[in-house]
Amino acid sequence: MPYSLPSFLVVSSLLFCLGMFTVLTRRNAIGILMGIELVLNGAALNFVAFSRFLEPSQTTSLLSGQVFTLFIIAIAAAEVAVALAIILSLYSRMKTIDVEEFKQLQG
Amino acid sequence: MALALETLISCTAMNTLTDPEIIKRSLWLIPCLPLAGAVINGLLGRRLPARIIHFIGCASIFISFLVSVAGFFTLLGIEEPQQRFLTQSLYQWILTVWHQGSFGLEVAFRLDPLSMVLCLVVTGVGFLIHLYSVGYMAGDESQSRYFAYLNLFTFSMLLLILADNLLLMFVGWEGVGLCSYLLIGFWFTDLEKAQAGMKAFIVNRVGDFGFFVGLMLLFWTLFEGSNGTMTGLGFQQLREAIPLLGTASPILGVGVATWVALLFLVGATGKSAQIPLYVWLPDAMAGPTPVSAFIHAATMVTAGVYMIVRLNFLYVIAPAAMAVVAVVGGVTAFYAATIALTQNDIKRVLAYSTISQLGYMFLAVGVAAFSTGIFHLVTHAFFKALLFLGAGSVIHAVHSNEMQEMGGLKKYMPHTYLTFMVAYLAISGIPPFSGFMSKDEILWATFNSHLPVAGLGKALWALGLLTAGLTAFYMTRLIALTFMGSFRGGSEKEKHLHESPAVMTLPLMVLAVLSAVGGVIGLPAITHLPNLLHDFLGPVLSSHVTSGHQAHAYWLELLLMLISTGVATSGIYLGWLFYVKRPELPGQVAARFASLHRLLFEKYYVDEVYQTLFVRPILKLVALSGRFDLNTIDGAVNLSSRVTTKFAFLIGWEDLKIVDGAVNGLAEIFKRWGAALRHLQTGRVQHYLYSVVLGIFLLSVAMIMF
Repeated sequence: MPYSLPSFLVVSSLLFCLGMFTVLTRRNAIGILMGIELVLNGAALNFVAFSRFLEPSQTTSLLSGQVFTLFIIAIAAAEVAVALAIILSLYSRMKTIDVEEFKQLQG
Repeated sequence: MALALETLISCTAMNTLTDPEIIKRSLWLIPCLPLAGAVINGLLGRRLPARIIHFIGCASIFISFLVSVAGFFTLLGIEEPQQRFLTQSLYQWILTVWHQGSFGLEVAFRLDPLSMVLCLVVTGVGFLIHLYSVGYMAGDESQSRYFAYLNLFTFSMLLLILADNLLLMFVGWEGVGLCSYLLIGFWFTDLEKAQAGMKAFIVNRVGDFGFFVGLMLLFWTLFEGSNGTMTGLGFQQLREAIPLLGTASPILGVGVATWVALLFLVGATGKSAQIPLYVWLPDAMAGPTPVSAFIHAATMVTAGVYMIVRLNFLYVIAPAAMAVVAVVGGVTAFYAATIALTQNDIKRVLAYSTISQLGYMFLAVGVAAFSTGIFHLVTHAFFKALLFLGAGSVIHAVHSNEMQEMGGLKKYMPHTYLTFMVAYLAISGIPPFSGFMSKDEILWATFNSHLPVAGLGKALWALGLLTAGLTAFYMTRLIALTFMGSFRGGSEKEKHLHESPAVMTLPLMVLAVLSAVGGVIGLPAITHLPNLLHDFLGPVLSSHVTSGHQAHAYWLELLLMLISTGVATSGIYLGWLFYVKRPELPGQVAARFASLHRLLFEKYYVDEVYQTLFVRPILKLVALSGRFDLNTIDGAVNLSSRVTTKFAFLIGWEDLKIVDGAVNGLAEIFKRWGAALRHLQTGRVQHYLYSVVLGIFLLSVAMIMF
C-alpha cells in the first residue's frame, strides 16, 4: 500500500517502546545506553516523518523536522560521550557495571 | 504705735485662735497629731537619726498641747456655762436604718470641761515625759519603737478622753491597754518583762469584758425602753435617755442601772488597778520608768475614774453601785498602802502608792464628789509623775531599783532630791501643796456623804485618814532610804553617781512647781476663794458634793483639815524616827511581827492565789486543747493525706498507661508508616524510571478517557 504518516509513527513508537523497555530491563549499563539511543532514534524518526508529510505553516518550514533530527543526533553523540565517561568512572570505583549493584541510596 | 499694733495683732490672733468654729474643726488634731507621730516613727523610724525621732515624738504632743490650750481658752470664752462644749464629728461609723427609725454612731469628739481638764493633763504631762524620755532612753537601740508606742498610747488616751460616745471611748480604752502591754514589755528579750506585759494585758482584758457586757446591757435596755427610738450612744443622748433605766424591770432583783454601773466598775477596776484587778500594776514596773510615770501614774490608770465621772448621770441613779465604788476605793487605798510599807524596790513602792491614791479617787466618785475625784486625778498626775521621773533619775544613776543599794543621794543629785521632796510633801498631804488640797477635799466629802449604809461614810473617812498616815510614813521611808544617810551601793558605784542631764531635770522642775501650786485650782471653801475646778466642771456633772457648800460646817471642815494634817505629820515623824533617827527600829519591829511582816512583804499572797485559782486551770485547758489539736485535728489532716496518696497511685497508673499510651501510639503509627514507605526507595534508578513511565502512561490514559 502507499506509505503514509501513520506507518512511520507506528514504527517510531515501536522503536520508542522497545528502547524504553531496554532502558528499564537491562542490567548492563551500556545496554541501557543502547536503549536510550533507540528512544532518541525513535523520536528522530518521528520528526522526519512529520517533516515529510505535513504542510508548511507560519511557524514551521519543510525542513524543520530534519534540522531537529540533526540536533538530536548531535545531542545523542554528546550525551553518549558523557554517559560513557560516567560508566568508566563507575567501573573504576565499583569494578562492575551491573546496575543492580548500585543501591547505595537505598532507604 | 508699735505697741498698739502688736496688741491689735495679738488680739486678732487670740480671737481667731479661740474662735469656737475653728477649734471645733481642729479637735481632730489633738488625738491625730500623736497618731501621725506614731505612724512616722513606727514605719520610718529605723532609718531616721535619733534627733529626728525625738523631735517628731515630742513635737506632736507639744502641738496637741497647744491646741488643747487654745481649746481651753475657747471654752472659757463661751459665756454660758451650759453651752461650754464643742463637738466635731468626723464621719458616720455605724448607721442602721429601718422604717421606724435609725441608729447610728459617729466618730465624733467632744470637748467639754471634763475632757478639757484631762486633755490638758495628758498632753501637758505627756509632753514633759516625752522630753524626759529623750534623756532616759538615750543610747537604747529601739528609740523609734519607743517613741512610736508612746505616741500611739497618747493617741489612744486622747481618743478615750475626747470620744463623744461610749463605743468610741471603748476603742480608746482598748487601745491604751494594748499600748500599755507594748510598753511594759518594751524590753521583751527579758522573759520576766515580757510576762509582765502579758499579765497586764490579760488582767486588763478581764476588766474590758465587764465594760463591754455593761455597754451591751445599757444599749439593750435603753433601746428596748425607748421602743426603738434611741438613735445613738452619744453622751448627750445617754444623759437624756438615762431615766429609762429606772423604768426597766430589775434583773435578779437588782435594778438594771445598778447592774450596768457595777459592770462598768469591773472595767474600771481593771484599768485603774483596784481590788481585785490591780495585780498587774506592780509587775508593770518592768517597763521603762517614763512609761511607768506616764501610763501607770498619770494617764491610763485614771481612765477608769474618768469613765465613771463621764457616766456620772448613770451612777447617780444607782446609789448601791456608788457605795460599792466607794468601798472598793477606800479598801484598796488602805490595802495598797499597807503593802507599800514593806517593799524594797523603789518603783514597787510607788506602784502600790499609785494604787492607793487611785483608791482615793474611787472613794471620791463613790460619794458623788466627782469634781473632787478629778481634782485628785490632776494633782496626782503632777506629783506621781514627778515621783516616778525622780525615781527614774535615781535608778539611772545607781543602775538598780533596790533601795537597799541606795542612800545619801541628796548630795550627788540635788535637783532630783529637791523636786522629789516637793512631790513627797504633796503626796503626804502637807498644806499648802496640791496633794493636801485634793486629798482633804476627798476626806471632807467622804465624811459628809450619805451612803446607803449608815455610818459607812464616817468609817470610810477613818480608813482614808489612816491611809493618809500610812502614805506619809512609807514615803518618808522611801526618802530616807534613798536620799538620806550614806550610800550603801559600794564605793565603785559611788564614784559614778551624778545628776541627770537637763533634759531630764527640766521636766522635774516644771512638775515640782505644778505639784506645789496646783492646789490653787481647788481651794477649799474656808478660804472664801472660788473653787475654780469645781465651778469649771459644774455643768458636766449632774450632782456633786464638794467641800464648802454647807455654810455652817466651816468649823468642822477646819477641824478635819487639822486632823488630817496632824495624821500626815505624825506619819512623817514616825518615818523619820524609824529610818533616820533610830534605824535599828524597823528590823526589830519586823522581827516582832514576823508573820505580819511576811504577809505584807509577799503582798498578801494574792498573786499566788490568782495563780492557783485562775492561771493554772487555764493553762491545763490550754494543754488539753493542744493535745486535742495534735491528735484529732492533725490526725484528720494526716489521714486525708494518706487517702490522697493511695488515690494518687491510681491516677499515676492511668497517666502512665492511657495518656502515655496515646502519645506513644501516635508515634508508633508514624514509625510504621515510615518503615513501610522506606521500601519504595530502592536506590536503583531503573525502578524510579519505571515509576515515571507508569505515571506517564496512566496520565495519558486518563487524559484520553476524560
